[in-house]
Amino acid sequence: MKNLRKLIAAVGIGAVVTAPALASETTGAKVGTPPAGPKSITAPGTSTADHSKFEILKKEFASGPDVTEACLSCHTEASDQVQHSIHYSWDFTHPDTGQSLGKSKVINAFCGSVAGNEPRCTSCHVGYGWKDMSQPPPQAASAVDCLVCHDRSGQYAKSATGAGHVPPPEIKPGMITMTGAPAWPVDLNKAAQSVGLPGRDNCGNCHFYGGGGDNVKHGDLSSALYMPEESVDVHMSPDGENMVCATCHVSDKHQWPGSRYDVTATDPHANDPLKPGERRDVATCESCHSDSPHPATLAGLKLDDHTNTLACQTCHIPSFARGGVATKTLWDWSTAGQKDENGKIIKRKGYTQADGKELPTYVTMKGGMAYGEDVVPYYAWFDGQVEYANAEREIDPTGVVDVNSIKGDPNDGQSRIWPFKRMEGRQAYDKGLNRLVFTHVFGPGSDTAYWGNFDWNKAIAAGMQKVGLDYSGEYGFVDTYMYWPITHMVAPAEQALSCVECHSADGRMAGLAGVFLPGTDSMNWAGMLGRLMVLAALLGVLAHGAIRLLSGKEGEQ
Amino acid sequence: MVKRIVKVYPRFERFWHWSQVILILTLMVTGFGINGLHGFVSFGTAVTVHTIAALLLLALWIFSTFWLVTTGTWRQFTPTLEGMMHVIFYYAVGVFKGKKHPYRKVLWRKHNPLQAATYFVLKWIVFPVIWITGLLYLTFNFWGSAVTDASFWLWLLANLHLLAAYVIVTFLIIHLYLLTVGGHGFGAHVKPMITGYDEVELTAEEEAYLEADEPWRLKPQEG
Repeated sequence: MKNLRKLIAAVGIGAVVTAPALASETTGAKVGTPPAGPKSITAPGTSTADHSKFEILKKEFASGPDVTEACLSCHTEASDQVQHSIHYSWDFTHPDTGQSLGKSKVINAFCGSVAGNEPRCTSCHVGYGWKDMSQPPPQAASAVDCLVCHDRSGQYAKSATGAGHVPPPEIKPGMITMTGAPAWPVDLNKAAQSVGLPGRDNCGNCHFYGGGGDNVKHGDLSSALYMPEESVDVHMSPDGENMVCATCHVSDKHQWPGSRYDVTATDPHANDPLKPGERRDVATCESCHSDSPHPATLAGLKLDDHTNTLACQTCHIPSFARGGVATKTLWDWSTAGQKDENGKIIKRKGYTQADGKELPTYVTMKGGMAYGEDVVPYYAWFDGQVEYANAEREIDPTGVVDVNSIKGDPNDGQSRIWPFKRMEGRQAYDKGLNRLVFTHVFGPGSDTAYWGNFDWNKAIAAGMQKVGLDYSGEYGFVDTYMYWPITHMVAPAEQALSCVECHSADGRMAGLAGVFLPGTDSMNWAGMLGRLMVLAALLGVLAHGAIRLLSGKEGEQ
Repeated sequence: MVKRIVKVYPRFERFWHWSQVILILTLMVTGFGINGLHGFVSFGTAVTVHTIAALLLLALWIFSTFWLVTTGTWRQFTPTLEGMMHVIFYYAVGVFKGKKHPYRKVLWRKHNPLQAATYFVLKWIVFPVIWITGLLYLTFNFWGSAVTDASFWLWLLANLHLLAAYVIVTFLIIHLYLLTVGGHGFGAHVKPMITGYDEVELTAEEEAYLEADEPWRLKPQEG
């Protein structure tokens, strides 16, 4: 509501400004200065090696792959491991549905798809030089990017548009990194000699910026988590546990648990006693907290009674996009392409987020957008399985199309109510075939990319050609929802949802089928019948008493 | 027949009654809060207090059932149709004409037939419904996963529980109102449940028995 007001107010006075046709929302025509250190301070590693003493890391490095070759001289299996992980393949076959997913395969509600938009999107690939998504990622061992995860100097960065490479030594003004900051020349030696276990910044530099900007996609992963206050994230705050991502997403040979395609919604071993040193590869709350985590009081036991129907996140993440960074909540591509009276590109800033940063609510290249902070999640039954419409499922364009549908059934014994960010979209689809489409939006100098040509037909045809799918030649726009499971930004216990947030009329679970919530409907049939009964009794005694008074004979004898 | 002031409510029965008053009122306030009828108590507190009060009341009921059985007091509660029509007629017509209540409290029966019938229904239907549904409600997590369509059963239990609660509210309204009926006034009707003593018509044999064997139950006659 607050944000809506802000939006309306800002649109009213919205200045129409022109901007260079750059892919990112954050642009600057200056050369950046390298950060003095990493953005998140984490506990010192326990390594027995000081990488600044290795001779091989003191030699001159011309490129990222040069550094990787040096790493591989000791860490012989690392590239092979990484190249077999989803971080590298961007390809994931769902074990239950068999659907082919992964960043290289899916259609989303943001820029539409990764395929067709390399090298912009592959700037966050954990490798170097994946310029064409119709081909598998580069197979050379040196194409793996070790530093993006292991640099602890804080000044390693990938260019926003370089297919994973670092910015060139000669920085052109306006060049940016994958986090949208003005690019700087990267000191590869300094980075190579600093290596350690990943901090929140290593993961966050990509995962906080999904969708091309801070917190655009997830809603619960933003730059606020580099050094979050305890109220923003009790686990990751330096005032709290100061955990890094890998504390929960425990890696094994460069493979990580925690997927939003096949979410591990519960931990089957939640209550198994953990032996010293035993691995725990399931990134769920219960893995550490068990399924009966509340204190052994009457109230605590009642809260424990909720764990079979509610994901921990539902109560313990009261809202997402906390900590001052907004998340994109709506993206309407159908209005893209409008220009001002001079034929110039429009960029209208209409949303000011808590930290004062202004975000655009209309950009010629992207259309209309809205944002939210402290957003109340959308709640749904969820068993962990996610299915994508992609371009392979027929859609019903008369309704709202689920870009990804979340599976869950209150009676299957395993689904629980989860919080989601429900992204609202209006995006292009194939009107002839009734399918979502891959869109080629990014491509400086391309004569088909939407950004520059503003021709959807060309952009869709190019996108579909990229993935080898048919396009009827006729497009339209369809309303979409995209669901993002919310699991980060866990608040301190005392800020968890109070009972009444759900146990009240029009509470948070209003409209959710398959669960009975006391306190939500005191006016139901039983409540009305009861009221009638009480009313009848009251009227009865009042009438009886009135007649007694009027007759005035009582107590005469 | 002679009217004497006799102790009819021994200490335990008075304790039982007033404990019930406190617990049932507590359960009403918290219960209707949980139901969403009012917001005087926070939901979480209401659930905790409701649970504690319910368990205490159950314990009290178990104890009082033991009392009723071992002391034979249960006989006071057996329903009877004898004299029922007179009582109903009194409340429907007689009271307006200044008639006296047709029922005379006697030693072996403290309740008039209408009272006995009401308590019979309360004790055998309404109370069991509310505590059985309540216990199932409370222990849902122990059995919910074993039944299909658990949320339907929970819905049914909750609504039966609620209806029983409304019946008890209705009883309470009439119960309190009837204390005002009968000439002596509200206070006079409440007093025996505080002091334990009430005016009872005794037969000569009963009076003789009490004077010989339970003299402490009889108040000395004045003047």
